[in-house]
Amino acid sequence: MQDPITPELLKDYTTLNLGPTHPATHGIFQNVLKLDGEVIVDTEQTVGYIHRAFEKIAERRPFYQVTTLTDRMNYCSSPINNIGWHMTVEKLIQVEIPKRAQYIRVIIMELARIADHIICNAVIGVDTGALTGFTYMFQWREKIYDIYEQICGARLTTNIGRIGGMERDLNETAIRLINEFLRDFPKVFGQFRSLLERNRIFMDRVIGTGPISAERALNYGFTGPNLRAAGVDYDVRVMNPYSSYQDFDFNIPIGTSGDTYDRFMVRNEEMVESMKIIRQALDNLPEGRHFADVPEFYLPPKEDVYTKMEALIWHFKIVMGEQDVPIGEVYHSVEGGNGELGYYLVSDGGRAAYRLHFRRPCFIYYQAYPEMIKGSMLSDAILTMSSMNVIAGELDG
Amino acid sequence: MAEITNTYILEKLQQHFGADVLSSEESYSMLSVTLNKDRNVDVIKFLRDDSELQFNFLTDLCAVHYPDNVGNELCMVYHMHSFYTNLRIRLKFFIPISHPHIATMTVLYEAANWQERETFDFYGVVFDGHPNLKRIVNVDEMDYFPLRREYPLEDGTRNDKADEYFGR
Repeated sequence: MQDPITPELLKDYTTLNLGPTHPATHGIFQNVLKLDGEVIVDTEQTVGYIHRAFEKIAERRPFYQVTTLTDRMNYCSSPINNIGWHMTVEKLIQVEIPKRAQYIRVIIMELARIADHIICNAVIGVDTGALTGFTYMFQWREKIYDIYEQICGARLTTNIGRIGGMERDLNETAIRLINEFLRDFPKVFGQFRSLLERNRIFMDRVIGTGPISAERALNYGFTGPNLRAAGVDYDVRVMNPYSSYQDFDFNIPIGTSGDTYDRFMVRNEEMVESMKIIRQALDNLPEGRHFADVPEFYLPPKEDVYTKMEALIWHFKIVMGEQDVPIGEVYHSVEGGNGELGYYLVSDGGRAAYRLHFRRPCFIYYQAYPEMIKGSMLSDAILTMSSMNVIAGELDG
Repeated sequence: MAEITNTYILEKLQQHFGADVLSSEESYSMLSVTLNKDRNVDVIKFLRDDSELQFNFLTDLCAVHYPDNVGNELCMVYHMHSFYTNLRIRLKFFIPISHPHIATMTVLYEAANWQERETFDFYGVVFDGHPNLKRIVNVDEMDYFPLRREYPLEDGTRNDKADEYFGR
């Protein structure tokens, strides 16, 4: 496309700071927009406002302490980060965990995916001016947090599960809450969908906003719903099944044009698929234990620590980080709320990782933002950003 | 068409890059190949464009610092993924810390842009030809590369967590 703006006119551009703390950025990151009237000519992004050097900290901490760092990356779906990390270590130490624990993990990860998508899609509504859907949907995120609370005791930064399994089995309340969620959420979700999906005003606002082609999306390293909205059916759960995802019957929704509407629709459909997975996992929950027999990594139950010598020894060894780990390099990835969340772990046999690198999906795909909004209106830039599901904690690492 | 296995990929790489393939190993079913650092773009372009291998996706790139590996202290690690064969491969290129230069991957993948800036930020690897090589998450005034091993995380005078207390 020929740029109609001649150099003499350059001085008329307006510079606008979108962020670092702007309500529409939903996180701490800055965009310096160069505007011609209301049309975006160029964007310069600044990230790193909440960088906490997790990769450095992880080089000093025993593996079980890294879980709490992963919480704080994509804090909208922290259980996926936690469980992805546990699975990375389990791959390194080559331990197979029981089916029951795998199914419980699947239930939790899919609940987390729903919570993540609720936030993203409800906020797309808010950014278009439709606050109603947000108020309906956000209650249900709280109900998912209630389920987390029953499983692990925490709500936002969950630290859920352990290396080698789950810290405890699903209790009756948790199962009841999950069943209630599966029963009642679809009704509210249906109302939300009928409020926006075929709403003329909403559609006019989001169709064609911030598009990206499949080819460019792949080149930019897109993964997750954003890549699928562009028409590439890549999903880690299907390509490299982990935690028994191969046992479940579910579809991978894809879009065609990679615009804001497609991203919105892909997330909505994914929530439906996630509910299907949770239903199947809950109905077919295998009997058995919720943790593998790896006393050298799995923290023993607290009552045993108080009463049994052996459990006390293992507890001490794990907590003090005295446990040897195999030497090796492992890359493991899970389908996070917003893309392929990868862990590259280099172990030299010491107490902590020699090197741990997180492949943070939104750090990689957020690079494409200037290209996606170039030539569009300022208000479209806001929508494009919220539909990309950029989470500041994950962005900065 | 032959089935694409790790052995087959390695043979193909050796065929094309000969002595530039320095070593290889297979760990946790992923092929990991170490190659000559001057060929990094060629190797990844070959893997991407080869009609059989089709490693079309640059999953991840990062650096690792091995201070004891004198002359080859820094290691650039690239993870590639083929959506066609569903195979992954890890490529390593060792570079000296005294002259930490390697060609940029942004000529092939836009995704490499920020990841290379991050690697520069933390390890000081200079990516020749990068369009905008400056720090990304740390402050611009920082004058060291914090993820290098010589920067201890905690107070250097503190030794209560030293390995010797744990029998190592």
